[in-house]
Amino acid sequence: MSFLNLEHLEKFFGPTRVVKDFNLSVEKGEFISLLGPSGCGKTTVLRMVAGFESPTTGAITIDGQNMVGLAANRRKIGMVFQAYALFPNLTVAQNVGFGLRIAKVDKATIARRVAEMLAIVGLGEFGNRFPFQLSGGQQQRVALARALAPQPQVLLLDEPLSALDAKIRVSLREEIRAIQKKLGITTIFVTHDQEEALSMSDRVVVMHNGIASQTGAPFEIYSRPTTRFVAEFVGTLNLLTATVIDADTGTVRIGDTNVALNRPLPGKTGTISLALRPEVVTLGPSAGREITLKGRITEVHFLGSVIRIRIDLGGNSVLLDTFNTPDTPPPAVGTDAEISVAERDLMVLED
Amino acid sequence: MSAKRIWAWFFILFGMVYFLLPLFGMFQFSLKMLRGRYSFEAYRVVLRDPQFQTTFGYSVVLALLTIVIGTLIVVPTAYWVRLKLPRARPFVEFVTLLPLVIPPIVIVFGYIRLYNTSSILPLTGSWIGTNILVLFGYTTLALPYMYRAVDTGLRAIDVATLTEAAQSLGASWVTILARVILPNVLVSVLSGAFLTFAIVIGEYVFAALLNLNTFGPYMVWMGGNRAYEPSALAVIAFGITWVCMGLIQLVTHFSKHTKAKR
Repeated sequence: MSFLNLEHLEKFFGPTRVVKDFNLSVEKGEFISLLGPSGCGKTTVLRMVAGFESPTTGAITIDGQNMVGLAANRRKIGMVFQAYALFPNLTVAQNVGFGLRIAKVDKATIARRVAEMLAIVGLGEFGNRFPFQLSGGQQQRVALARALAPQPQVLLLDEPLSALDAKIRVSLREEIRAIQKKLGITTIFVTHDQEEALSMSDRVVVMHNGIASQTGAPFEIYSRPTTRFVAEFVGTLNLLTATVIDADTGTVRIGDTNVALNRPLPGKTGTISLALRPEVVTLGPSAGREITLKGRITEVHFLGSVIRIRIDLGGNSVLLDTFNTPDTPPPAVGTDAEISVAERDLMVLED
Repeated sequence: MSAKRIWAWFFILFGMVYFLLPLFGMFQFSLKMLRGRYSFEAYRVVLRDPQFQTTFGYSVVLALLTIVIGTLIVVPTAYWVRLKLPRARPFVEFVTLLPLVIPPIVIVFGYIRLYNTSSILPLTGSWIGTNILVLFGYTTLALPYMYRAVDTGLRAIDVATLTEAAQSLGASWVTILARVILPNVLVSVLSGAFLTFAIVIGEYVFAALLNLNTFGPYMVWMGGNRAYEPSALAVIAFGITWVCMGLIQLVTHFSKHTKAKR
């Protein structure tokens, strides 16, 4: 049994089912991201773990102990909020020491632990400031230190980076991950930002309409999405409509070209969806990418180091990325072109 | 200057004279106790009067206790309504406004009928019971001001998230109220408290009908029996109200100052 277990969690708000049969096992020290668009139920799952919502049915256990029915203030869970939620009347040090004071820890220990936590988040000098004297990024670090100070069993992060500007967001996410690894604390992170989820996590849970669409390592989620939703939500994706010619040998027809996928497609007939990441498509012939498709260039976006090109394959359109080379100008719109892909990069999506 | 502006100024001056002249007259009269010259003799007499000292002291104690009881009732209520029962807000606001619509005389007659010596809870039968009764009465009178002030204060902070943050750090409801909510609405509580203070100090109906020797009945008794002292008392009462108003201004200004920096 894992450290943190969520089993068959369901949550109704009135007649609406916002979380449906949600299952997740988290190992001790793991960093899990719940990724999904707004309204997918990811925050509700987090709030149920925190004890701010109670599940309609299902079980939550931490370290073998049942959490359902236990009040939020007895769960020993640290939480960081999007809106920082620092106590405005307390100084940074008092904020960080709040949980320890509630736990009636002696003053010397509190002072030592507060100093230690502030040092970890890089705000050692800021103990006497008030929250309103700090920037957003600094406030969020204080919030992190405050959540970690009482040594919680689990750390919950509810979109902690969403209110910050782009640069701070990137630096703070690296910092959060480093601190999490250093302390080895089990962490659940909720975000709608796929880059955050992919770059920080040990495992990502992609959520959609209250269910866990796919759970896996970031690389797996991105490279081998199992559902259409995951494929579309994580990263940019080309969707090709193809007709199955022979399911046993895996021959399909894209436009008017027959393509051999060389793997059986059990139970597939008629039209299917194939997915393709922009970075696995090459303009022109390429070794190792033996499938070629002919088309016409309809859009060219020059993005600096990368050129993003859209090609119409007669019914299907494909986006591809090529690196800019200083001696070759980008291709012109309207010219004929040929793309090559490898058969293994054509993903067959379950609808 | 156009005719319009002249009239505007005329009415402003007229209004000021209408308001200030009686005050000035009262103040001047209060200085005339000694024949033929202005002096603060009336004030000296009033302030020396042991009756003044006891009744005023009594009223101050009642006012402070009212503030404490009011805060203990209003802060948790306003907090709970904001956090858990937002739909009950119009109802609670209506209830807190009732003391402005129902005259104190009605309330106190109701109290006397309900809690007289032949009732199940004979509060009027003992000195301590009567005091409890008058305190609850005063808390009722202070409700509209206290509730509004505290509710406005709560609007300025993110009550829900702060509560959850405190909960996840292990705080109980009492701890959240005492350590997180109250300190953050203290400025609002204070401004409500000064108004309450001014109301309780001048209150007459409750005290008179419950036969308590507070400052209100003392002022009325003075007014019926003396010449110069009532004017001096009125000026003092005015002064107390104005100081309270000034303190509210000061506190509000102080709170704006801290918010501007936020």
